[in-house]
Amino acid sequence: MNIGILLKEGPYNHQAADTAFKFAEAAIAKGHKVDAIFLYNDGVINATRLGDPPQDDRNIAARWTELSLKHGVEVLACIAASKRRGINDEVMIEGGEITGLGTLTDIAIRNDRLLTFGD
Amino acid sequence: MLHTINKSPFENNTFTTCVRFLQPGDPVLFIEDGVYAVQAGNRFGALIASVLKKNNPVYALKPDLDARGISAIAEGVKTVDYAGFVDLVEEHQINSWL
Amino acid sequence: MSEEQDIKKIMHVMRRAPHGSIYTYEGLEMILIMAAYEQDLSVAFIGDGVYALKKDQDTAGIGIKGFSKTFMALDGYDVEKLYVDKQSLEERGLTEDDLVVDVEVMDASEIGRLMNEQDVVIHH
Repeated sequence: MNIGILLKEGPYNHQAADTAFKFAEAAIAKGHKVDAIFLYNDGVINATRLGDPPQDDRNIAARWTELSLKHGVEVLACIAASKRRGINDEVMIEGGEITGLGTLTDIAIRNDRLLTFGD
Repeated sequence: MLHTINKSPFENNTFTTCVRFLQPGDPVLFIEDGVYAVQAGNRFGALIASVLKKNNPVYALKPDLDARGISAIAEGVKTVDYAGFVDLVEEHQINSWL
Repeated sequence: MSEEQDIKKIMHVMRRAPHGSIYTYEGLEMILIMAAYEQDLSVAFIGDGVYALKKDQDTAGIGIKGFSKTFMALDGYDVEKLYVDKQSLEERGLTEDDLVVDVEVMDASEIGRLMNEQDVVIHH
């Protein structure tokens, strides 16, 4: 099955980013294709590489980079939501990209499932 | 259609709202703070039982139960791990209630 | 890709009150973009989501751009399927006359049936 994920909350404040990652990881392990993770609302804050969590905490931004580089998952931040929140190409994590809501529509159309994680 | 619920029913009416829209046979999966709904002996036991009675399977995400120290869960509720969550999504179209 | 197989049923579910959080507004932005893709779009208003359609909203005093009138424009984007949960409306002491647009007021079971037909459901 081909899967798209819509993530509507930023990292750490809510569990959404963690659940989205755990789900994506499990889906990939089962041989499914995770096509893209689209970041919307405060979810775009997942895309900044300026975060510096303590050593003993998980690094959520690094997880997205790993999904992108190791598993070919597109990590996409909505441009309108990003502009509101100070996310741009300069702060973008490795493997992440800024794109428009039209891309989310394409993701919804071309995948078998679109899951939403948020608050 | 698989319905996921991620809110504690004590703080938020997502579970009770979802039940109103639920079609017969549709599975419900509690994740994140949603899993507090299935703790045995709480006041949502009757609602869980009524959902099960309408042939709607009820699941809770085991890692979320474990994280919250919930071991005793309402009768008839099944647990799944993330791989089981993926299987449910493969079997059903998904409706992620937020 | 043929046109027929590409038409997906996508339902947006507005569940929160406007202004107190951005979810309704950014949800509306998403709907407007998706409308350009000629999919089978519908919007359901459930719970506090019905407040998004309340008449006479004046946001000048809170310094936030109002957008209730944008819901009136959805028709022009060919988004015509607007469903309002009857119980949510009644619980809040509202009637159809209190809303800025023409909607279909329906029972939860009826909206639930439509939900079940969707390829994609997005809650805002």
